[in-house]
This record gives sequence, structure tokens and C-alpha cells, in this order.
Amino acid sequence: MIEFKDVGLVYPNGTEGLKKINVTINDGEFVVIVGLSGAGKSTFIRSINRLVTPTSGSLLVDNEDILKYRGSDMRKLRTKTGMIFQNYNLVKRSNVLKNVLAGRLGHTSTLRSIFNLHKKEDVGLAYESLQRVNIAEKIYNRADELSGGQQQRVSIARVLTQQPKYILADEPVASLDPPTSHQVMTYLKKINKEDNITTIVNLHFIDMAMEYADRIIGMRAGEVVFDGPVSEVSESTFEEIYGRSIREDDLRGGADES
Amino acid sequence: MTNENNSVTTKKVPSIYPAKTKIQVTVIFFVVLGIYLFSMTWTQQQMVGGFSGAFQNVFQVIEKFFPPNTAVISAIWGPMVETIQMAIIATTVAAILTVPLALLAAQNVTTFKPLYYITRTFLNLLRTIPDLVLAVIFVGLFGIGLFPGILALIIFSLGILAKLISETIESVDMNPLEAMRASGGNVLQVIWYALIPQVLPQFTSLVLYVFEINIRASVVLGLVGAGGIGLILNQQLGFYNYPNAMMIIILIFVVVIVIEYISTKIREALL
Repeated sequence: MIEFKDVGLVYPNGTEGLKKINVTINDGEFVVIVGLSGAGKSTFIRSINRLVTPTSGSLLVDNEDILKYRGSDMRKLRTKTGMIFQNYNLVKRSNVLKNVLAGRLGHTSTLRSIFNLHKKEDVGLAYESLQRVNIAEKIYNRADELSGGQQQRVSIARVLTQQPKYILADEPVASLDPPTSHQVMTYLKKINKEDNITTIVNLHFIDMAMEYADRIIGMRAGEVVFDGPVSEVSESTFEEIYGRSIREDDLRGGADES
Repeated sequence: MTNENNSVTTKKVPSIYPAKTKIQVTVIFFVVLGIYLFSMTWTQQQMVGGFSGAFQNVFQVIEKFFPPNTAVISAIWGPMVETIQMAIIATTVAAILTVPLALLAAQNVTTFKPLYYITRTFLNLLRTIPDLVLAVIFVGLFGIGLFPGILALIIFSLGILAKLISETIESVDMNPLEAMRASGGNVLQVIWYALIPQVLPQFTSLVLYVFEINIRASVVLGLVGAGGIGLILNQQLGFYNYPNAMMIIILIFVVVIVIEYISTKIREALL
């Protein structure tokens, strides 16, 4: 369970990233956070694994205030929260298997990982994860030889290998075309259901949010302006979140093609 | 009439540089030319017999260099190998010592500012001392031989390598590093998994490049007593044994070309 209690974040340059956020995310939920760029979606998601540190309030993950974490506590926190990025963030020169094994870093001792002494189970797990996202045949390809959609699947496999309790996905489909976007979201949804991993996804495409989310949180200017199940959401809700009428580029489309 | 006027105005194209700049540049050009001409006549006066005298001397000496004494090859092969070994040892040690220094001198890895500035300053200091000066000092400290030469080369190449590699590290894609950090990797693991693969090709290439430099530098260092082929060359020149010296020079030439060729090929394959 993730609980935001009056969480605020002011960046060193004075920008307010988050303002008094109060949100509780229950285990197993598939939450989509929507909002325009600059609304604080990324800051929200990155607070959960402390890639950024909120400056006020308290943030409870499994009933522990993670804002007090340092050193090894932080490592444990990050080991149980996997992250997926807009730009996949793979090591381009390393092969797919090595990239996926990097998901085990938090579980592996420094010495073992430096000498490439991965446990057999870990390598097996990595391979299994690649099979789950249907890209196992590429294990020895260099990451930069793959297409964007394939790279994002590898990064999903990396997160699966990590065996996290939470998955945070920061704009996972923003760099992909519509069919590939749906494919990636389908995998995320499937993992959420099969492994019961709480998943929080940042999106700015309204139609995708509606299609995949159980619950939608709307953000504007660092504040939560909507929070509710997808059944309560209508077009006017989005107009309220975005503060303007809905345009065509707020939609990804292409649901039929995939 | 109006038509003619028009064509005049369109023909009056502004020049690219203003007249003032043109005059300035012309004056500077002639001043520089004047300095050249003055220094030419001055140095001619200093040379006994001027240019023609100097050239006569050149031909006389060059004649003495030929033919090179091929018989000496077997004797100078040992010192030549010593020179290469010096370069290999120095480059290897420098390459190892570079790793921590380059990491500490990279702003994106060493976020603790004072440490970054201290390492940067240290590296800058290393690079201000010419290799020849280092060799003279170390020969004075440790006596004539290979050891002071190797030491001088290590310090000299460490300065270049750490600087170049820290800049490579700074230009790296930081996104994978963030991903590794987010998956719970500690500092060493993040560096090992996300940074090293990105800089390894450039690292190898730069080490080979510094190796090339070290081969040439180690010959020069020999001249001040730091061992290897340079030491022998200096001795032979001292004894006015020009055919032997010529053979040594030819050997150095061939070895340097061969090593540079191989190293260039490897570096091309890497990048």
C-alpha cells in the first residue's frame, strides 16, 4: 500500500512539483495518472522510489515513511519498486540478456554482480521474463539493434526480473506508435493481473487511460484534481483535469490495429 | 533616367567587412610580415656564414650518416625492445590508475563538488609538467635506467588519459544509470552495469592512442638517461658514430610506424 499524506515538493529553483497530495493506492490496483506535461505526474511517480525527494508531508510504502530512508533502506525500497521509462533507458551497447539481468542488481551482492556471477535462478528468471513479453529470441542482440517497441518490452522484462511489488511506469508509450503503445499497455495490464503487482502508469492519452485503468488520478499544476474509478470518468472529467477542451492529440487511437 | 539611377543603387553592394576592419587587418598583416622578415635576417646574422654556410654543414654531416651500419641491428634490438616494454608497462599502470581518477573527475558521477574540483586540479597539475622534465627529475632521484623513465611516462600519460576519459564519462547517456539506480543498484553496480559498457570502446581506443604517444616519448626520455633505445642513440651521437646512430633512427622509424599502424587499425575496428 502506498499512502501520500500531505506530500509537497519544492524544487531547488522554487518550482512547486507537488502540492499537499493525499492519495492512497491499494495493493493490486492499476492506476493511471493523467495530466498535461508539467502537471507533476513524473514528480509524483518518482517520489515513490525516491528518485526525487518530497520536501514536506509523509509518504508511506507498506506502512513505513520512505522519506526518512537513506542508504540500504533506499536500496530495499527501490528493489521492490520497478520502474519503466519513456526512453526505455537500456544500456545500448549491452546485450538484451545483460540488460534484463540488471533488474536483479538490487537482489545481488556487489561482488557477484561485478564478476558476472549471476545465480542460475536469476538467469532463468531473466529468460522467463523475456519469454513473457515474447522477445526471448533476441537475448544476444545488442539493445540498440531493437525497435522502440522491442526495447520497451525488454525494459518490461527487466522490471519483471526484478520481481517488484510495485511497478512505476513514467510515460511508457510516449515514444511509441499507436499499435506498439497498445501492445506495451496490454503487457503491463497482464502483468498487473497475473502477478498482482500494483501498477502506476503516467499517461497523457485519454483513450488509453480509459481503456486500461482501474482507477484514474488527474493532476494539474502539482495538485490532484480528480481521483476515482474509471467508471466515474467522462469527457467532462478530462476537460476539468486539462483545464481546456479535449483535442485530437490527447488521444492515441489505433486500438483496432493492435 | 530613373531607371539608370535604380541600376546604380542595386549595383552598390555593401562589402562583407567594414572599411575599418579592412584597414586593421591589412596593418596587422604587414606588421606580422615585418616581424618575420626581421627575425629571418637576424637569425642569418647569428649563423656563421648565413644560410649557405649552414646548409654546407648539413650536407657534410648527413654524408657521415650514410651508409647506416646494419651490423649493429642485433646489438640495438635489445634496447629497442626495452623501449617498447617501458611504454607497455607505463601505459598499463596509467590505464589502471586512470579509472578511479577519471570517475572522480567526471561531474556527472562525482556529484560531491569539492572532491571533483580537487581531482580536476590534481590532473591539471600533472599535465603542466613536461615528460622530459619529469624524466630529468626522476633520473636525478633514482639514477640512470628504465625505472625513472617508466615513472615519468606513467605520470605523463596519467594526466592525458584521466582528462580525456573523464570527458568521455561526462558525455555518457545518463538514462540507463537512472534505471539501474531505480532498480536498486548501488553506486558500484550502477557504474559497472550502465557506465562501463558505454565508455569501454573509447577507453580502449584512448589507451592505445596514449600507448602510441608513449612509444615516441620513451625514445626521447632515453636521451636524458631514462633507459631504452634513446639512451643508446644519445651515446652513439656522443661518440660521433653516425652510421650506428642512423641505423638506430631507421629502426625507431620502422617500429613506430608498425605500432601506429596496428593501433590505428584496432581503434578503427573498435569505434
